Amino acid sequence: MAKPFLMIYVRPGKCDFCGCCVGVCPEDAIELMEAKLSIIEDRCTNCRKCVWACPWEVLEFHREGIQDLPKDIVAVDDFQFANSLK
Amino acid sequence: MKKQYDVIVVGAGPAGSTAARYAAANGASVLMLEKDRDVGYPVRCGEAVSHEGVIQFIQPDPKWIASTVTKFRLVAPNGSSVIPQLDGVGYVLERRIFDYELAKLAANEGAEVITKAYVYDLLKDSNGEAAGVKALIKDVKVEISCKVVIGADGVESRVGKWAGIDTTCHIRDMESCAQMTISGIDVDDETLDFYFGDEVSPGGYLWVFPKGKHTANVGLGLSVEEAKKKSAIKFLQEFIEKKFPNAAVLTHIAGGVPCAKTCDTLVKNRVMLVGDAGHQVNPVSGGGIISGMIGGMIAGEVAAEAIQKNDLSLLVQYEKRWQKRLGWRHEVFYNIKEAIAGFSDDRLNSICTSALKLPEHKRTLGGIFRTALWNQPSMLLDVAKVFVS
Repeated sequence: MAKPFLMIYVRPGKCDFCGCCVGVCPEDAIELMEAKLSIIEDRCTNCRKCVWACPWEVLEFHREGIQDLPKDIVAVDDFQFANSLK
Repeated sequence: MKKQYDVIVVGAGPAGSTAARYAAANGASVLMLEKDRDVGYPVRCGEAVSHEGVIQFIQPDPKWIASTVTKFRLVAPNGSSVIPQLDGVGYVLERRIFDYELAKLAANEGAEVITKAYVYDLLKDSNGEAAGVKALIKDVKVEISCKVVIGADGVESRVGKWAGIDTTCHIRDMESCAQMTISGIDVDDETLDFYFGDEVSPGGYLWVFPKGKHTANVGLGLSVEEAKKKSAIKFLQEFIEKKFPNAAVLTHIAGGVPCAKTCDTLVKNRVMLVGDAGHQVNPVSGGGIISGMIGGMIAGEVAAEAIQKNDLSLLVQYEKRWQKRLGWRHEVFYNIKEAIAGFSDDRLNSICTSALKLPEHKRTLGGIFRTALWNQPSMLLDVAKVFVS
């Protein structure tokens, strides 16, 4: 089965970088730096545990995928940044 | 910074600094890396500790004590409350200074400390064991070798995962937390307040911890299972609007607390986990400062000893010593948490009523837990094991 596209959206400018989402992620699919949060698309299975865990409603589930959302958000910028480290 | 160390500690919270301190004091060369630019900031903590816990590691100092507390007040959903008898005192800390002092203690033993140093992977040898870390230090990629990596990287730990340890916290056990430090309010500086019930914090509790000068940490944690329906920040905003409508909000923070049993594995492939990273948190209270420091102390000592004897198979002693010291207690506390997590508001109200009927000398935390679990006799044994009273 083809891997589903990313449905987890990081709302820009809201994250407190607390790491609660990382702690529940079973796929090690979230990269958290001092002030950057990014979803690693290759690993994310859209299970939504991070969305439920987020104390501040920063993460959102979008069934239709997030590719149509604005590109200048933390999720996309840092996704590339995080992957550049690997 | 050298190219090689005996021990690299990832994360400079209380557990990491204590691990670094005891590893260095026992002869290891130690490097501690902190991803943020400051040790101790941002604070993600309610900041309450017991005197007995703290003095194992550092003498109390007014510069990191915001308030000295002598009382607990447990508030039931209907507003009735009980104040259990306490033996000792506790402190509400200024964590940003406290953590700094702990890092200094590590540095005084010879540990090196670097901030704004983000560890993004492990270096591994041909056997797949950790041989160092890959880090981004002030935006420059570096590789540093070591014999042992101590992962003190908090609830968001990934060091353990890279070594093959499952550190994922089940959503039933993760507490999703939000806290505001608010000022201009009327609170008793000697009392820690805990509020319970579905309206304030289902599957968890809300705390009001005084910080002196009409200021307090007001926060709450609720099980992620419950947070599916309504987020921590919404519960907190509602409580503060209702209870402290005119308060000035000085800070607001988010956080996660792994209220689970300790990870089954704390040592693997030359990686040791301490503090929140290894789920070394009291599952009932969510308190993790002192238990993380105890984990850090044992891990630091064991790492230094294994390096000195040139036998890294000794690292596994850390798991055994942790289990004997606190791990078993956390397992008992976990069972108690499981038993009380599902209590309805009515049940909580009636526990409070019963607790108020206890004679004063029996109105202890242990006594109240016994009251709460009176109809589950097997649990009473557990309560007896962890509460001396």
